[in-house]
Amino acid sequence: MKSFDAIKSELASGASTCESLTREYLEAIDRAKHLNAFLSVFAEEAHGQARAVDRKIREGTAGPLAGMVVSIKDVMCVKGHRVTCGSKILEEFVAPYDATAVARLRKADAVIIGKTNMDEFAMGSSTENSAFGRVKLPGDESRVPGGSSGGSAVAVKAGMSTVSLGTDTGGSVRQPASFTGVVGLKPTYGRVSRYGLVAFASSFDQIGPLSLTARDSAAVLNVIAGHDDRDSTSATVPVPDFTAGLNKDVKGLRIGVPKEYFDDALQEEIRGAVQKKIDLLRNHGAVISEVTLPHTAYTIATYYILATAEASSNLARYDGARYGYRVKGAKSLTEMYTRSRSEGFGGEVKRRIMLGTYVLSAGYYDAYYRKGQKVRRLIKEDFDNAFLRVDCLITPTSPSTAFKAGEKMDDPLQMYLSDVYTTSANLAGIPGISIPCGTDRQGLPIGLQILGKQFDEETILRAADFLETSG
Amino acid sequence: MAVTVNDVEHIAALAKLEFSNEEKEKFTHQLNQILNYVEKLKELDTENVEPLSHVIELSNRFREDKAESGLTPEEALQNAPSRTEKFFKVPKVIGEKGS
Repeated sequence: MKSFDAIKSELASGASTCESLTREYLEAIDRAKHLNAFLSVFAEEAHGQARAVDRKIREGTAGPLAGMVVSIKDVMCVKGHRVTCGSKILEEFVAPYDATAVARLRKADAVIIGKTNMDEFAMGSSTENSAFGRVKLPGDESRVPGGSSGGSAVAVKAGMSTVSLGTDTGGSVRQPASFTGVVGLKPTYGRVSRYGLVAFASSFDQIGPLSLTARDSAAVLNVIAGHDDRDSTSATVPVPDFTAGLNKDVKGLRIGVPKEYFDDALQEEIRGAVQKKIDLLRNHGAVISEVTLPHTAYTIATYYILATAEASSNLARYDGARYGYRVKGAKSLTEMYTRSRSEGFGGEVKRRIMLGTYVLSAGYYDAYYRKGQKVRRLIKEDFDNAFLRVDCLITPTSPSTAFKAGEKMDDPLQMYLSDVYTTSANLAGIPGISIPCGTDRQGLPIGLQILGKQFDEETILRAADFLETSG
Repeated sequence: MAVTVNDVEHIAALAKLEFSNEEKEKFTHQLNQILNYVEKLKELDTENVEPLSHVIELSNRFREDKAESGLTPEEALQNAPSRTEKFFKVPKVIGEKGS
């Protein structure tokens, strides 16, 4: 497993080439097939790209990500390749264009190696909801890698790509990063264009990198961030060099510890591991204070009302008419819609469409959807208030380490509660990063989360980089 | 405000989904479980709170009305399950009840 920094020095010294690195990753993918992390692999195309990058390196014209080999969660479009979203309903769908984030990676000379497995339409916390089989946790295959970007997390952890692009709607980058022991960054809402990302919940969805180091995530964010005319919700806020703020101390950094995130639901060893890091930061001059986010207990309820409402609307497009699965022999249009959707979608997706349709339906809109939007404001204001006093917040990423496959599949509510510390960032639109924070007694990775102000990824990357490099 | 099997059938019709009787029972149970949990929002007084629909400051974005090339009809149709010439082909619509 090599970080992008290590790769860059190998390339500079001539110890390896982009093509030889690409070959190593392809071999790793082949060896780890049983983990089911990839849904498609672009071996030939990746070799071609790598040779072109090597040529540019020799000519001195290579882009900032030359030598980086990237996998893409199968919810983003890569031109000419399938984008299944882990769903039978899109099994045969071929993307007619590149997502903006993918196009920008390509332009920066990253090699695209393939597409990673995921919970269907990014709905899930374990990558068990894929129509193409579950993803297994490296090291203990009876367990889940988290989700929904479980394939991306495993691809990075098991050395099948340098970094991976995932998506985070309620924790889907950070929670799998935590379960597998890698870094996962969810940028501010609107920081990265969503053009070419298949929509789940449009006011929550955000593309973010998974990587071995915070620095690598910063390097990816440098390239994919910034306004895009094709996504009017992408922000026009200037994009700094996110790597420039790294390698700094934390003297005077004001860090808040929200007491609601250290409740009884938290696994004891996680509490201890996160506390140790907080002590380390204090010893290095950070100013630690307890803060309160009083509406924390309402985040999961709010999230599941609003995100399912948006999903039920977004997923109405899968009707079998223009693309996607169409049932054979339907006699009427309604029959074609209903049977195509019923056969094409999996259980969790149907459950969320049902819940979302219910909370938007006549008679319930005010009681659920509108109520949810109001509480969303209260949750956002909790963060606004906290950030008046502190620069960032430290919390655990998840209340538990990786759980057993099957453990929560019959109890959707228990599954939803594994996102209890991550959905708040999506509700408030703020950036968050999960970094490795030791292991529990069973050797399972623990994740620490740092949350920042909107458009202040620099601070959370700086804190993450500091913790990473000072043990 | 418990959800009944009848409600599930109504919601399924709105969402253009169909379920077996067994699935309907399961969804009724699970939806009730989730909605019960969500009830806790009622504890909060939100009388004077404005609903939040977008988390970052946004206003309409305008750009020049300039023609740009997009997908060709052929590209737009490449994923069609059924087509005729430059059109998507679907079962007969006219005369269908409720459409």
